[in-house]
Amino acid sequence: MTGLPAYGEAPFSVREKHPMPHITRRGLAAATAVLLGATALTACGSADSGDKAGAESGPVSLTYWAWAPGMDKVAALWNAEHPDIQVTVQKQASGDDLVTKIITATKAHKGPDLVQAEYQALPTLVSNDSLADIASEVPGVKDEFASGIWQQTTFGGEAVYALPQDSGPLMFFYREDLFEQYGLTVPTTWDEFAATARTLKKKAPGKSLTTFSANDSGLFAGLSQQAGAKWWSFEGDTWKVGIDDTATKKVTDFWGGLVAEGAIDNQPMYTPAWNKAMNTGEQLAWVSAVWAPGTLTTAAPDGKGKWAMAPLPQWTKGENATGSWGGSSTAVTSDSKHKAAAAKFAVWLNTDPKALAALVKESGIYPAATAAQTSGALAKAPDYFANQPDFYTRAAEIAKTTAPAAWGPNVNVAYTAFKDEFGKAAKAKSGFDTALTALQNATVADLKKQGFEVAP
Amino acid sequence: MTGLASPPRRATAPAAGTTPGTSQGPPRPRRTALLPTAALVLGALYCLLPVAWVVVAATKSGQDLFSTFTFLPGDGFADNLADLDAYREGIYWRWMANSVFYAGLGAVLSTVVSAFAGYAFAMYRFRGREAFFNVILTGVLMPPVILAIPQYLLMAEADLTDTYASVLLPLILSPYGVYLGRIYAEAAIPMELVEAGRMDGAGEWRIFVRIAVPMMSPGLVTVFLFQFVAIWNNFLLPFIMLGDDEKFPMTVGLFTLLKQGASQPSLYTLVIAGALLAVLPLIALFLVIQRFWSLDLLSGAVKS
Repeated sequence: MTGLPAYGEAPFSVREKHPMPHITRRGLAAATAVLLGATALTACGSADSGDKAGAESGPVSLTYWAWAPGMDKVAALWNAEHPDIQVTVQKQASGDDLVTKIITATKAHKGPDLVQAEYQALPTLVSNDSLADIASEVPGVKDEFASGIWQQTTFGGEAVYALPQDSGPLMFFYREDLFEQYGLTVPTTWDEFAATARTLKKKAPGKSLTTFSANDSGLFAGLSQQAGAKWWSFEGDTWKVGIDDTATKKVTDFWGGLVAEGAIDNQPMYTPAWNKAMNTGEQLAWVSAVWAPGTLTTAAPDGKGKWAMAPLPQWTKGENATGSWGGSSTAVTSDSKHKAAAAKFAVWLNTDPKALAALVKESGIYPAATAAQTSGALAKAPDYFANQPDFYTRAAEIAKTTAPAAWGPNVNVAYTAFKDEFGKAAKAKSGFDTALTALQNATVADLKKQGFEVAP
Repeated sequence: MTGLASPPRRATAPAAGTTPGTSQGPPRPRRTALLPTAALVLGALYCLLPVAWVVVAATKSGQDLFSTFTFLPGDGFADNLADLDAYREGIYWRWMANSVFYAGLGAVLSTVVSAFAGYAFAMYRFRGREAFFNVILTGVLMPPVILAIPQYLLMAEADLTDTYASVLLPLILSPYGVYLGRIYAEAAIPMELVEAGRMDGAGEWRIFVRIAVPMMSPGLVTVFLFQFVAIWNNFLLPFIMLGDDEKFPMTVGLFTLLKQGASQPSLYTLVIAGALLAVLPLIALFLVIQRFWSLDLLSGAVKS
């Protein structure tokens, strides 16, 4: 968008190409070797000894690149209690461009100590040696998080590349008043969801249950995640791309079918037209994440108190799974000269009740730490959902059912291809089969171009 | 050019602002040139509509922004400004001051360098002159976007990233400015005048400052304006160079309001109000500097 080269193709001549560290012992050894190599390469070995000396001789100052609003106020709480470790928040703009910036800065050894990073960006950052493994600094932290979330910052291995900060479990939001008016019931399965969409079209042709947005790759990834898709996986040194696996096919067939028969709209989300449709009740429901109240407050101000939340419809009745959309983590960069101090701050930020309460209040995040999801900070429902006082209690139940996500080193490329291919298909209402194949091929081709081994 | 293309039958040249007559008939009397006017009106609309949108949108509250008719003004302008002023203890004004600093100082330095280089290329003969000039011309063709990351790596070597200098330094040499400087110097400064100065015993520096610069000034004003606007609107270079948001220019600063992560709505009303305020200094600058353009390119030239 801003003309930066996509981070997958960052223009560096020297690149350590290695897949994620592996669950297998052999893979772990290989990964360790690569990490050691990277450490030697970046001369962080000497920095580590400097770290200890620095910690003894005076206060350590850390820089932290984050985009969440109010993060500076949360850091101020830490700074007041820890005169020996002072954290300066430098507010950045979120997105792929920031990933490029972090990779460039750490390559040049000018990176910050800590960064806020979205889960799907972690593999890219790790494969560019931008993040430090802080496993030895954060013992026992694992139990603070749901396993599906923890897996996204560790890739299922022993190394810890980041600590989960916020998560975005998917949920079903709907206009309670209009559902009643049209005699609709809240769908618990996707079959019921389709039936509801059709019934509504029959009763009110001008309205739609929802839309399929080809602009929001993150939502599509979350829906596939719920169905059990594993878009990226690795074995040994080889990546496998499973974007066209059975689970994702099920999801694309479902949504492609609804769009093709005209049961739901095909216009993208987050446009002025979409805001209007949400505000006036032209669209009655929204598959979104726990942070939806914030978006609805600005997009659909007139709907306050009229929307309600329910668990995401399931593929099989009685199942209990959801995907996620959004969410981010706190990572220590490989370039940091004070990794231990930085890890200490990251642990405090994402597990300390006081810090999490401040994050909820100042930054408006939904904490990834399990205990915080039912804490006092989230006792009261968001203003927009005052009609549903148990909003966060139910949200915490749903969050527990989050299916594991599998990200790879070129999520950005897949996301861009998604927007192009599914955008065309949604416009043509022609079903999504070809688009999914194209998405798979584009992702595989890019991985190969980047020099990764890819399984056929 | 029109003279060459004109048929021999034509008696008078067409008056300015009219369409020349066709080759079949005599030139028609003065009339409105419909097609060019329509094209110009379309062009003006194309340029002004987005500005009008920003002006109208800045008056809307968050509630009205996307729900009322696009060009229907709202009543939230004062609130938007107050919110922008209150956002993170008024950091917007700091970004504005940073932008003024980067664009002002950057444009002045770049104009000075362009004047030196342009004058030298135009007036002196030295080995490799054309080669140097061609290298600089290639720079005009090079989009600054692809240079940002290499420049960052260079700045990192010099330990200058995340400083004011890291944004200023790469902007000082403007290939386009040097090119314009040479063209203007060649067109505006007669060699005879420089020779006369030398005969009268003036040093090269004195000739440059006292004779050349005044004659080149309309060109230099153009270079200054171009550079000022380019730096004012520059996004990628400061985006990649700066980590500390206290040093951000407005472009990068406002971007952080738009992109606060998937779970946070963008602060559209603040960004739109901020964008509107960001245009005002540019408009003021153009109004002030316009008068220098009225100077004729050939003012003060020798008679030939």
